[in-house]
Amino acid sequence: MKKTPFKVLAPTAILGYGFPEESFAKGLAQKPDLIAVDAGSTDPGPYYLGAGKSFTSRSAVKRDLEFMLAGALELSVPCIIGTAGGAGAREHVQWTESIIAEIAVERNYKFRMAVINADVSKAEVLQAMRENRICPLYPAPEITAEDVEKSVRIVAQMGVEPVIEALKKGAQVILCGRCYDPISFAAPAIREGYDPGPALHMGKILECAAIAATPGSGSDCVFGALYNDCFELESLNWRRQFTCISTAAHTLYEKTDPYKLPGPGGTLDLQDTRFEALENGRVRVSGTRFLPAVPYTVKLEGVKLTGFRTISIAGIGDPILISQLDSVLDTVSAQVKESLTGAGTLLFHTYGGPESPAAKSFGATRSQQVGLVMEVIAHDQNTANTICSYVRSTLLHFGYPGRISTAGNLALLYSPSDIQCGPVYEFSIYHLMAVDDPKSLFPIRVSEVNA
Amino acid sequence: MKMVPLIELAAVIRSKNAGPYELTIDILFKHEQDYLFLKEMRFFTKELFAQLYGIQTDQIINLVYFDPAAAVKCTMVRPVVSGSPGDTDIYGAQQHTPLLGLKIPWRKDDLTGDPDLQRVAGAR
Repeated sequence: MKKTPFKVLAPTAILGYGFPEESFAKGLAQKPDLIAVDAGSTDPGPYYLGAGKSFTSRSAVKRDLEFMLAGALELSVPCIIGTAGGAGAREHVQWTESIIAEIAVERNYKFRMAVINADVSKAEVLQAMRENRICPLYPAPEITAEDVEKSVRIVAQMGVEPVIEALKKGAQVILCGRCYDPISFAAPAIREGYDPGPALHMGKILECAAIAATPGSGSDCVFGALYNDCFELESLNWRRQFTCISTAAHTLYEKTDPYKLPGPGGTLDLQDTRFEALENGRVRVSGTRFLPAVPYTVKLEGVKLTGFRTISIAGIGDPILISQLDSVLDTVSAQVKESLTGAGTLLFHTYGGPESPAAKSFGATRSQQVGLVMEVIAHDQNTANTICSYVRSTLLHFGYPGRISTAGNLALLYSPSDIQCGPVYEFSIYHLMAVDDPKSLFPIRVSEVNA
Repeated sequence: MKMVPLIELAAVIRSKNAGPYELTIDILFKHEQDYLFLKEMRFFTKELFAQLYGIQTDQIINLVYFDPAAAVKCTMVRPVVSGSPGDTDIYGAQQHTPLLGLKIPWRKDDLTGDPDLQRVAGAR
């Protein structure tokens, strides 16, 4: 017998973005059936998946988890974390798991935890390619065996099925690798028999927490109540509310098409979705349908190593130089290429400066200073350092026509002037993979924490 | 014929990645009537966005009028994939600026909201 409504507390847009204690307490007082959070995104770029690092800070993640675990244990409800550590690969899951273990020891918490990994081996992807089970997500290019071989890490976005399996195994805390954002919010309700349409649409909004309210915030709690054919949203902070517009507008956010939101195993269809304002800044959403797809597909994300980066940052204030900056940078580029053939990629990024030719004449003011980032990517760090150093010194002392400032051309920002940025990654895989069993790619490990 | 700046009519003009390979632009209007008028006249087209962004029309993935939010959405292929060498906006969050100078030819009578009283960008 399923419980109606199914109530979900969403504390924050990304685990580690924080939330006010009073908002969270207000949410707990409403006795949620689930506390869930999404921890991931591809927005911060390819580095984090490539390097196996999080884009959030450990202490901020720990702070948020302390509240969430305390609340879930107090109410005896599940606590589900999606896309651990930002990118959801094995290293990110381990990182988050170590934080949870630390909290459990410090506070003497005992609970059953399921850890679901989402890594996909190169062999699995190559096998799927041979079986014609891979297709690119336009506008990503077709995949090649070389793309797969060059990938540093590949993850797949899990659907509800592995999470439901973990719930069946009695896990109270579920830590997921890469998963489709709404999953951690929707899986328990779908397990109880709720229609996946409203359940996933509610998850789609709750995964961003108060971003969908107005005024929006990535660091505040919201509450969702799921019914058989609709769901209702409520802000847990009196300073914000949900409106039809803020809620409807959120379906546009970061999506290609607001009417069709594809995910693992099917598509959310918003063609007949209705948004209805309720009292006290709440909104009811109904009519969203889930259209299952055959075959079941999951999205793969992979990155490859491109090289190593070194940058140097400087200001340029001399109007004589600014007036011919493009040609000077071209000349320096050519000079560097001639001296260090084929060793790396040099990019100049300029910020600010005068826009119109008239403003480029003498007398440019301080506000017309140009910011310059010199960027070098090479196959190893030492080569990147060498080229960047050469670029910086060449440009610093470059004798351009009409130069009167003969002591140096750059206002270098730091000492050391050159900054090693480490490895550079690029997205290499962004494809759909068809699977027979939605659970097969996502191994579940159950343990008794602090037992 | 009056030229009305888009920023007078819109509450939100924003850009963001839609995954690492796409950039999506959202324009949310202050008044539904203004949105419906522009929708009726099909002011926003793939061609207009291609022109504003200096790209070929085939690089525009879709253009949607989204009634529930009184919004126009345009999604395009990113010229450089997010975070790949040469990209200068990882989140794609500052690519809305070509729209800020856009002016719409408009007969004065058609204006349903008084733009001068409605400068509350982002307050929806």
